[in-house]
Amino acid sequence: MTDVLERQDDSERLLLDATTSRSRKVRNCVASIWMVGSLVVAMVPLAFVIGYVVVKGIGLINVTWFTEDIQARSREAGGGMAPAIVGTLLITGAATLMAVPLGILGAIYLNEYGGKGRTAGLIRFMSDVMTGVPSIVMGLFVYTVFTLTFGLNGLGGALALACLMLPIVIRSTEEMLKLVPDELRDGSYALGNRKWRTVTTVVLPEAFGGIVSGVMLAIARAAGETAPLVFTIGAARALNPNLLDGANAALSLQIFNNSQSPFPASQDRAWAAALTLVAIVFLFTIAARVVSARVARRHSA
Amino acid sequence: MASPSTEVPDASPPNADPTYGSGAELIAAGRVNRGDQAFRGVALVAGLTVLVILAMIAVSTTREAWPAFQDQGLSFITTNDWVPAEGRFGALAFIYGTILVSVLALIFAVPISVGIALYANEAAPQRFKSSVVYVMDLLAAIPSVVYGLWGILVFAPNVKGVYEAVGGFFEGWPVLGTIFGPTSSGRSFMTAGLILAVMITPIVTSLSREVIATVPSAQREAAYGMGATRWEMIRAAVLPWSRGGIVGAVMLGLGRAMGETIAVALVIGSNPQITADLFAPGDAMAAVIVNQFGEASGLFRSALIGLGVVLFGITIIVNVSARGIVSRFDRRIAGS
Repeated sequence: MTDVLERQDDSERLLLDATTSRSRKVRNCVASIWMVGSLVVAMVPLAFVIGYVVVKGIGLINVTWFTEDIQARSREAGGGMAPAIVGTLLITGAATLMAVPLGILGAIYLNEYGGKGRTAGLIRFMSDVMTGVPSIVMGLFVYTVFTLTFGLNGLGGALALACLMLPIVIRSTEEMLKLVPDELRDGSYALGNRKWRTVTTVVLPEAFGGIVSGVMLAIARAAGETAPLVFTIGAARALNPNLLDGANAALSLQIFNNSQSPFPASQDRAWAAALTLVAIVFLFTIAARVVSARVARRHSA
Repeated sequence: MASPSTEVPDASPPNADPTYGSGAELIAAGRVNRGDQAFRGVALVAGLTVLVILAMIAVSTTREAWPAFQDQGLSFITTNDWVPAEGRFGALAFIYGTILVSVLALIFAVPISVGIALYANEAAPQRFKSSVVYVMDLLAAIPSVVYGLWGILVFAPNVKGVYEAVGGFFEGWPVLGTIFGPTSSGRSFMTAGLILAVMITPIVTSLSREVIATVPSAQREAAYGMGATRWEMIRAAVLPWSRGGIVGAVMLGLGRAMGETIAVALVIGSNPQITADLFAPGDAMAAVIVNQFGEASGLFRSALIGLGVVLFGITIIVNVSARGIVSRFDRRIAGS
């Protein structure tokens, strides 16, 4: 298709130029400027935000940033961000452990069992709706059912993030399962395999790369979330590797709190925490892209 | 388990010809298949978690918010009178702020997003297409709080001068003089709307792109064949075909904008007022919850959770109707 259009661009342009009136050419030109301009306009904030985060954040990034506890006095410089970095990784990791198995199983139901049935249709539709539930509502939800009973701790934050990840994992995994050709399933049945063996030993391994890519995008989204953590994890300044007991810390929450401070020392910490968080999130996003590009290449080959 | 979907034989692969499944069915019929039954059950339970969580969100948050709903009645959403210290919780200004800021975001984001989607699908050279997707991915990956940080420390202080210049220019004009009124710190409805526009551009773009990609190339070629310029081809072949889907994409963007919390909380100015002045500080539902929750208890906390319930309700309505539009659109494509 693109070949046709591109050839059209090259060879028929002369003919078009000769037969197209000026007002039509002007309109076409304005539309082209709009389309290219849109892309440029969208790249400006991206460049500004990333530029500021790197330039303002790089100054505090050194060994102590990754090893020391968080400075207690907001107007003074010093201290590190280790508790928040570890907190973000642990809380997001725990959320992944909860959401991913559940999400993959749910997707298996949708694609391998439910098909076009009414139950599957409802679950599919509600997963889409759940993707649109604001993260702050997930935070309030976990606050009411968990935090009010068990207090502020890392697990509450992980539960809220898991709620956000679950529908994303279900829908992206289902898309990947759809790509697995039926011939593979039939081959497995022909060898006498039961359905559950077929799904676990043939379908899932075949879709593995795509599933991983979707999961990493979900992790990237969850790691950057702030609102669900505000109500659930509290504020710790010391390293707390125990998600079940006591307040915890997260990079996103540190950025939120420090950005509202009038003191330059705190604002610097916010920028450096933002750089750390953006690095983590980009790492997962780019890794997801690389994996899914590899999967796409294999499928087209 | 009584739903029609359970009638689908377990062993048949999805979308398969009925005769295909029969071999596996024979095997399945030979012995009682506990392993398969159990696996199917576990998968179904996992899928149903989604419904359970959504129901629990509605029930548990409404229960916590009930004291405030009972105490305030309808005035909770119809009056603009938020004085927590005296137990008055009229949240109209927050609802107004949420809607105003989201609409502003759409006004800026939609033309840009549709433009990028058209560029990526219709105008970009082949090798540029993937980089457009890449830019959108990165834009979407930047966390809300990082936009907020940039907004509060860099954008708001710098844009203040622009607001003052625009406000000064329109001063005394009938309508525009009110809309572009005085500003204080640069944190305002407008600032929040602009930051939100950046944040929802990726999602509106990627959904619009998917819709535009479904336009049959025969339609494009027919338009070109009649001597249309690229823009005429877009207007005649692409836009009519994808209008419904783009509307759905825009509404999903609206839902995202309304629920966006942290960036708005940082740049909107936290001043609950209902004013047409876009440069004035305001407040929004999600923003006030996150900003005031720490100091809240009793009825106050209950009222903030109540705001969450209202927000949940509005975003559910927006999302359900958006998904409805998009899925009707999908059916039309599947049917054609």
